Amino acid sequence: MALPLQSGDKAPGGGKRRGGVLMYLAGLVFAVVLTLASFWAADTHYVWQPAVPVLLAALAIGQMGVHVVFFFHISSGPDDTNNFLALAFGLFVVGLVVFGSMLIMSNLNANMMPMDRLMDMQR
Amino acid sequence: MLGKLTWNAIPFDQPIPLIASALVLVVLAGVAYIVLRRGWFPYLWREWITSVDHKRIGVMYVLLALVMMVRGFIDALMMRSQLALAADGAPGYLPPDHYNQIFSAHGTIMIFFVAMPFMIGLMNFAVPLQLGVRDVAFPTLNSVSLWLSAAGVLLVNVSLLVGEFAKTGWLAYPPLSELAFSPGVGVDYYLWSLQISGVGSLLTGINFTTTILKLRAPGMGYDRMPIFCWTALASNLLIVAAFPILTATYAMLLLDRYLGFHFFTNEAGGNAMMYVNLIWAWGHPEVYILILPAFGVFSEVIATFSGKPLFGYRSMIVATLAICMLSFMVWLHHFFTMGAGADVNAFFGIMTMIIAVPTGVKVFNWIFTLFGGRVRFTTPMLWSLGFICTFVIGGMTGVLMAIPPADFVLHNSLFLVAHFHNVIIGGVLFGAFAGYTYWFPKAFGFTLDERLGKASFWCWLVGFYLAFMPLYLLGLMGATRRMQHYDVPGWQPLMIAALAGALLIALGIFFTVLQLMVSIRTRDRRRDLTGDPWQGRTLEWSTASPPPAWNYSVLPRVEGADAYWGMKQAGRESRDAPADAEWEEIHLPRRTSVGVVLAFFAVVAGFALIWHIWWMAIVGGIGLIGTGIAHGWRTEHEEEIDAETIAETERARRRATT
Repeated sequence: MALPLQSGDKAPGGGKRRGGVLMYLAGLVFAVVLTLASFWAADTHYVWQPAVPVLLAALAIGQMGVHVVFFFHISSGPDDTNNFLALAFGLFVVGLVVFGSMLIMSNLNANMMPMDRLMDMQR
Repeated sequence: MLGKLTWNAIPFDQPIPLIASALVLVVLAGVAYIVLRRGWFPYLWREWITSVDHKRIGVMYVLLALVMMVRGFIDALMMRSQLALAADGAPGYLPPDHYNQIFSAHGTIMIFFVAMPFMIGLMNFAVPLQLGVRDVAFPTLNSVSLWLSAAGVLLVNVSLLVGEFAKTGWLAYPPLSELAFSPGVGVDYYLWSLQISGVGSLLTGINFTTTILKLRAPGMGYDRMPIFCWTALASNLLIVAAFPILTATYAMLLLDRYLGFHFFTNEAGGNAMMYVNLIWAWGHPEVYILILPAFGVFSEVIATFSGKPLFGYRSMIVATLAICMLSFMVWLHHFFTMGAGADVNAFFGIMTMIIAVPTGVKVFNWIFTLFGGRVRFTTPMLWSLGFICTFVIGGMTGVLMAIPPADFVLHNSLFLVAHFHNVIIGGVLFGAFAGYTYWFPKAFGFTLDERLGKASFWCWLVGFYLAFMPLYLLGLMGATRRMQHYDVPGWQPLMIAALAGALLIALGIFFTVLQLMVSIRTRDRRRDLTGDPWQGRTLEWSTASPPPAWNYSVLPRVEGADAYWGMKQAGRESRDAPADAEWEEIHLPRRTSVGVVLAFFAVVAGFALIWHIWWMAIVGGIGLIGTGIAHGWRTEHEEEIDAETIAETERARRRATT
């Protein structure tokens, strides 16, 4: 079915693949390095202990970035507008729901007694 | 062998569900008998059940919604009549156990199996036509979506006869919906039917987002897209963003119920409030998933029947997208009373009031479109005008409840029930009926009877006010929702008025059915030969009614917003038709039974999981995966419509119009 494609995005299987095998290999290397780094960070003594979760979070976000760039091929280029906007919308919604839930739940927990303790009091 | 399923599952001691199911079974058997006797089954199988044509899928979605609307409405009538009787110590005729199932089923069915399929059906039918293309991006996936929704519907209806439905309200809040307090299969019916149909909705969202972003007629830039396509885009973006939250939340509740997890339980560190938080993080976008396409329908209808381009086209798009974003920032207003502090409540209250601003922009745009127009008061237009008045009232009571202190008074009262029926009936349902009467001639090639359509509209409009204005009053007097009986004799007159309203709405539904039957009988007198019965503005009116399977023999070239109106103005009359010999063959996606087979196995797996029949669940699961794999082996994806067929269709159309 010959339907027109809008805004330059490639149909699946159509057009040349950006980067090719080298791109995937580079992505694989980055992903493996970041994974190993996470395992290393989990029980290292070279980092101040309370900062370890933050480091793990940073490595995880880096990992997501690697996947998005090297495997999903999402760039900020002009023929990637739709994918880029979709990603931005996704991040926006995930951010809202995650941080909104954290705000709401911590507020609820601060104001209301946790259910376990309430049940203990009723006994 | 059969898990929890025994003869006790059939409610032999309760006459109402038993008689109702017997009636349904008789009707089903009758339909099956007629279909088989007259030899219609091969036709139905080839042309409808396995069809991947977006128009037919759309029609089937709308049919599903109409049938389920009758089911959900019978629940409503039972609730209204129960409350009209159960005053001042009288018990009414519905035992509490049954009553709880009825209000849960009513809410679940009306939102998930009436409003959703109705809106998705209208989008299925109209969006590809309006975009000037031949199908959606993933036609097979579209069929899978439809049949998964139907699978969910089937499970909900099975619960009427085999077992029970949830008694927890339509969102099944824990801890009530946890195993400790709802040990029966009701909540499992609820969860599995919504999980299955939820997958269908998510696939629809992906499908239509892709379709609208990627498949448009040559020249149709974003600033020329019909407004219904814009609202459909916003709605489907919301589906893609919100439905995974619902699926994950239900999955956690299922883990609690099946595998002894403690996400939402009282013990072991579970937190039921997290469920409420997550379900509304889906639930609030959900109401905009439903209302945005309705806004799109009203925009099309009002522009068409005012004979004017839509006032403020660009502001309409901005308002749509603003609502799309803001709808994710207000969900706490559904649980102001759950214990959040004043700061958090105030933030979400203010966000809720802000969302009224883009909605207000839309209302003024519609009014200014009407202003100075040559307004034709057809049935779709009446639904739209009724919507503007009714929806503004519902919106205002919504803004009222967005004030947290006011909400503390009105939370879970009948005032709230009146409010959301005011926006859902006055908004979504009126939009659904406006779209149904507006696009019906396009779908079937003949118009619906105007007189009966108008009768139906007036019954709905007056019936709505009679049924729900008393509920506002009762809510202010302190009547709560989900109440099975009450001790205040003074409430009974208002409850009886509400029942009278519901009966008037029943008359409206009767007129809708009658309208369909009368219109089919007299179809030869009401044929739409031009393809443009309403003097339409958008591309769908440029092709024949009903459109051929390939929609457009030549893809239209779009040179502005209101593409078809522009063509008519330029005297180009839609067809960039080539000379008679030059038609080219068209490739269409081939029909496939994968959707209906997947749905079959989904029902098998769902039913088995509900009743803990593990071997059957494994069969269903293997069936699902196997069907997917088997479909992957298919090599022929398209069928060819040869040039001669297309030429003949076009010649026939030209003979008919001239």
